[in-house]
Amino acid sequence: MSKADRSIVVRHVSKTFTLRYHRTLKQMSVAMMRQQELSDSFLAVDDVSFAVHQGESIGLMGLNGSGKSTLLKMINGIMRPDSGKVLTRGRTAGLIATGAGFHPQLTGRDNVYLNAAILGMTEAETRRKFDDIVEFADIGKFLDSPVGHYSSGMFARLGFAVAIHVDADIFLADEVLAVGDRPFRRKCMAKMQEIRNSGTTLFYVSHAAASVRKMCDRVLVLEKGRLAYDGPVDEGIKFLHYDEDDEENPLDTEEEIDEEIGADI
Amino acid sequence: MTADASTDPSTDPSTDPSTDAAVDPSTDAAVESRRRVVHAPLRPPWSEQGLLEVFRHRYILTLLVRREISARYQGSALGLVWSYVNPLTQFFIYYFVMGILFGRANRTEDFAIHVFTGLIIVHFFTETMSAGTRSIVRNKSLVQKMAVPREMFPVASMLVSLFHVVPQLVILLIATLIAGWQPDPMGMVYAVIGLLISMTLGTALALMFSAANVFLRDVSNAVNVLSNFVRFGVPMMYPYALVAARFRGHTDLYLLNPMVEAVLAFQRAFWIGATSNPARTAAIDMPPNLFWLSMRALLISVVILVFAQATFSRLEKRIPERLL
Repeated sequence: MSKADRSIVVRHVSKTFTLRYHRTLKQMSVAMMRQQELSDSFLAVDDVSFAVHQGESIGLMGLNGSGKSTLLKMINGIMRPDSGKVLTRGRTAGLIATGAGFHPQLTGRDNVYLNAAILGMTEAETRRKFDDIVEFADIGKFLDSPVGHYSSGMFARLGFAVAIHVDADIFLADEVLAVGDRPFRRKCMAKMQEIRNSGTTLFYVSHAAASVRKMCDRVLVLEKGRLAYDGPVDEGIKFLHYDEDDEENPLDTEEEIDEEIGADI
Repeated sequence: MTADASTDPSTDPSTDPSTDAAVDPSTDAAVESRRRVVHAPLRPPWSEQGLLEVFRHRYILTLLVRREISARYQGSALGLVWSYVNPLTQFFIYYFVMGILFGRANRTEDFAIHVFTGLIIVHFFTETMSAGTRSIVRNKSLVQKMAVPREMFPVASMLVSLFHVVPQLVILLIATLIAGWQPDPMGMVYAVIGLLISMTLGTALALMFSAANVFLRDVSNAVNVLSNFVRFGVPMMYPYALVAARFRGHTDLYLLNPMVEAVLAFQRAFWIGATSNPARTAAIDMPPNLFWLSMRALLISVVILVFAQATFSRLEKRIPERLL
């Protein structure tokens, strides 16, 4: 594969967070008198480099706190790295921002338009896809009532439905498939497969080994912010020791994959 | 972004990660089969920041403003009426205390209109400043999840406040027409200048304080204090003539506050023309070189706006991680 068809390039990217221990002047002066640290820094992503080709489907794995979400936020353009470069090609969308900006007092309909705009859709595009979105969310007559009255499942479904209908060149998904009931989860997985098959670059964060195996061509594993593994899926899952359960009880059928996704957070 | 950031990585092989080797060749074929070639250039994913960029995202800006307006009063019986209750009660308090108790109403002609013109500008400004200061913290769920210029939020607050000015202007126009106001073209120029000054300065302060408020929530309290100073620091509940008489020859410092010119310009537009002898009122209650003073105030506001944008850009990069 040539360099010209790269979809995501991440080059020596690091991100440090500052942890503040004390916020008020009183706390700060007390800490200063006791000669305690006033703040501490924490390297969330540490010199990570990789490149993703167009149409590739990447599973990003790692334990909690290993920097997966921070990396995803940098690829999505919400955060900027302290050093290094992030480059992407085309429009990025994803299931990180599901329900972002949903206003509890506005109706589902108004929120769909607002949310779609936040995800980068134009008014015409939203209008064109509106029926599909509503059908996917399957919230029936609640569409015209304030989303504050929705059940948490309905809220998540509507957010998911909007996000998944954005035409993107890069699609990011961050452990969101745990929402909703089983039929909805299955619908989401099918839709993600569809997105993948259409040639969109997929970046999928998950702890669920079975679904990663099903969706991805390649696995990246983060360990304490560093890229510890980059390569084929099965070895990656082995690397994480996530396959140990599998050996006793292999998860192959659809149902078990569903169960596993539901249990992954 | 700078041109160097958007250069293709192929021109820069030295720092290229050598991950190609790690890709299993068997998956290569599968990926190859469903590839859809995107011709967009490789570029940094974050949105370009800056006030000008906000206006390239007009559609989402309109939606944000509309959301703010329709959501603010939903579930309250009086709804939008509440946004008039606050300025109107302020108006009656000022008019009663200053006009009747202190006897200002007998000495300043059409004192009620004098107060109300000032109040429209001052209320717009303080609302922009205080809602703008809270805007980023209040919209944190959005800020943490979407890559749009973050100047969007303070600007949206300003536009929401501006929306509420319109009906107040209608009330003012009715009152001035009843009082026998003669509109003049120069007055309309002053009205626009007054509004521009308060828009520019309000946006500037909203920008600066909204970013600062993310790092230190004390800022929103400090802004409330500042609002009080603004209310008393402009010729709204007292006429400019009083200031001129008290600080004879030393009004420069007072006039340095751009909001003073904003209020004076608005009064020049709507109040002067309603008095029985506009020329005489203008001579007593307006500084002699109001036009140049207003232009200077506008310039000061623009300079502050540029400074605010620079401050915002510096703080902005760390905003998402500091929003808890």
